[in-house]
Amino acid sequence: MSAQDLVARAQRWSKEQPWRLFGSQIFILVRNEVRRNLFTRRRIWMYLLALIPVLIILAHVIFDRNEPAGPAQIENDTQVLAGIVQLYYLRLGIFFACMAVFTWLFRGEIVERTLHYQFLAPVRREVLVVGKFLAGAVVATALFETAVLACVFLMYSRFGSAGKSYVFDGPGLGQLESYLLVTALACLGYGAAFLALSLLFKNPIIPGVVIMGWETIAPIFPAWAQRLSVTFYLKQLCPVSLPIRGPLAIFTIVAEPVSPFIAALGLLCLTIAILALSCFLIHRMEITYTAE
Amino acid sequence: MTSSARQIVFANVSKFYGEVLGVNKVSFSLGPGITSLVGPNGSGKTTLMNLLTGLIRPSQGAIYVLGLTPQQPIEFFRQVGYCTQFDSFPPGTNGYDFIYWPLRLHGFDRDQAAKLTNEALERAGMAHVARRKVAGYSKGMRQRIRLAQAIAHHPSVLVLDEPLNGLDPMARAESIALFETIAKQGMHVIISSHILEEVDRISDRVVLMSSGYVVAEGQIREVRKEVHDHPMQILVRCSNAGRLAAAAFELDHVVEAKILNDGHGVLVRTHDAEQFYLLLNKIVSGGLVEVDAVAPADDDVNSIYQYLIGSDGGPV
Repeated sequence: MSAQDLVARAQRWSKEQPWRLFGSQIFILVRNEVRRNLFTRRRIWMYLLALIPVLIILAHVIFDRNEPAGPAQIENDTQVLAGIVQLYYLRLGIFFACMAVFTWLFRGEIVERTLHYQFLAPVRREVLVVGKFLAGAVVATALFETAVLACVFLMYSRFGSAGKSYVFDGPGLGQLESYLLVTALACLGYGAAFLALSLLFKNPIIPGVVIMGWETIAPIFPAWAQRLSVTFYLKQLCPVSLPIRGPLAIFTIVAEPVSPFIAALGLLCLTIAILALSCFLIHRMEITYTAE
Repeated sequence: MTSSARQIVFANVSKFYGEVLGVNKVSFSLGPGITSLVGPNGSGKTTLMNLLTGLIRPSQGAIYVLGLTPQQPIEFFRQVGYCTQFDSFPPGTNGYDFIYWPLRLHGFDRDQAAKLTNEALERAGMAHVARRKVAGYSKGMRQRIRLAQAIAHHPSVLVLDEPLNGLDPMARAESIALFETIAKQGMHVIISSHILEEVDRISDRVVLMSSGYVVAEGQIREVRKEVHDHPMQILVRCSNAGRLAAAAFELDHVVEAKILNDGHGVLVRTHDAEQFYLLLNKIVSGGLVEVDAVAPADDDVNSIYQYLIGSDGGPV
């Protein structure tokens, strides 16, 4: 079959698909899932997870308001902020929140014995995966972007006009944009991974811990292997680099950095590949609650 | 439209859960009307319904519903409504939303979905409690709201797993009337039930199941005729019962002719009902006996169930 035939077939297939219906179905799935996942008491611990650094910075702002606030302090706080985003949010907060949100999308419905309603709806299972994934992404991204935004605002607000100048006339705004991008990509990357794990395993927590271990030790592996970790791409996009410390520092292999564009694209490609795997897995899924 | 495109077809379908047999080598096709799946617990009724609606996949064989398969969910679930036995609901949902949002997934706009939701709630007798949380419903109400969701989009095939469970006698009668109305509109209604008397009253045909196998399938009277091991029972209400009993005994195929306690009738057990009816016609035209009523006494689901499956649930 020639390339032209393939293109013609793809075009014909595309024309036959009810894209409008898919769009409205995804919108409804996202709406229902967000209500179910975001506004529940079950998620309070997740809000706390996101808010802990905000509260610490707020306490710092209130109790250390009389400390000198010169350019050196701004640089110092910028490093602290980089540590909060890269070590706390990316490694822990977003990781665990995504584990909770995205594994619950399908596994939760199995536990609550309600997944059959989704499977009996006139919705293609791929659409179901995309709708649920987007809902999880909306929940996680909204929560952590708000938290990162609040951290940046509080961190620099205590410096008054110097802080304002650092953000709007200096590198602050660019750093904020990068942090927001990194946060969103982390939610997508980890989210896709945990969604797939929840379809593969009855208890996705153990493989989740394995992923966490992998993300932690990936820097000591060869460069090609590092590219299979979400952290590798995220690190490339972070505007402030942190010095490597701790026992792993001597084993760390510094991989050749990739451009931010490639890093973002690489992570999106990884996310799409994992989502495609989820679509494949959901087709094999059966409703046998008693076996779960 | 071809005949297979109007039928539900099971073609050599088997389902195994690992080593455990769900159903084995099931083949039949069903036309419109009410079909009852009858069998003891664990006989494979729910497995068959889950296979039909794509909740589980067959290990072997193929299933077509009006020419469609669950691999075409948009077209398939426009035609099929399934009221499962799972007594669980999305947390926090109320009766109205439980029906409304699935209708929106069908592609109905807000007004159409609202209209169909209200109509389904009315038909299921749930309109007055629609805005209450489902978690606060009684078992019967939960059963009815699931039924309302299954019929809301006007499917051509309605699959109902134990739909009469938990319903009070009034609600049960209303539900049965609803099934009959739907069936009269030319739809397929497939019901599994333990309540054999009600199944018998409403079914056009039965599928008898035991231990994962289809023991018998077809119209109830046709199935009864195929049960050769058990003579047919025919009840004749008449005058001069003794004369009729004596005449019946002269036939080889009659194994028993029992005069009723009140003396105004005979219960005949015969291997050839047609021959017996010919004899009866002859006796009546001869003026020897005056017949008030003649009716088969054991061509109901209950009797067939007892003959083919037995009271212990295993095949006889």
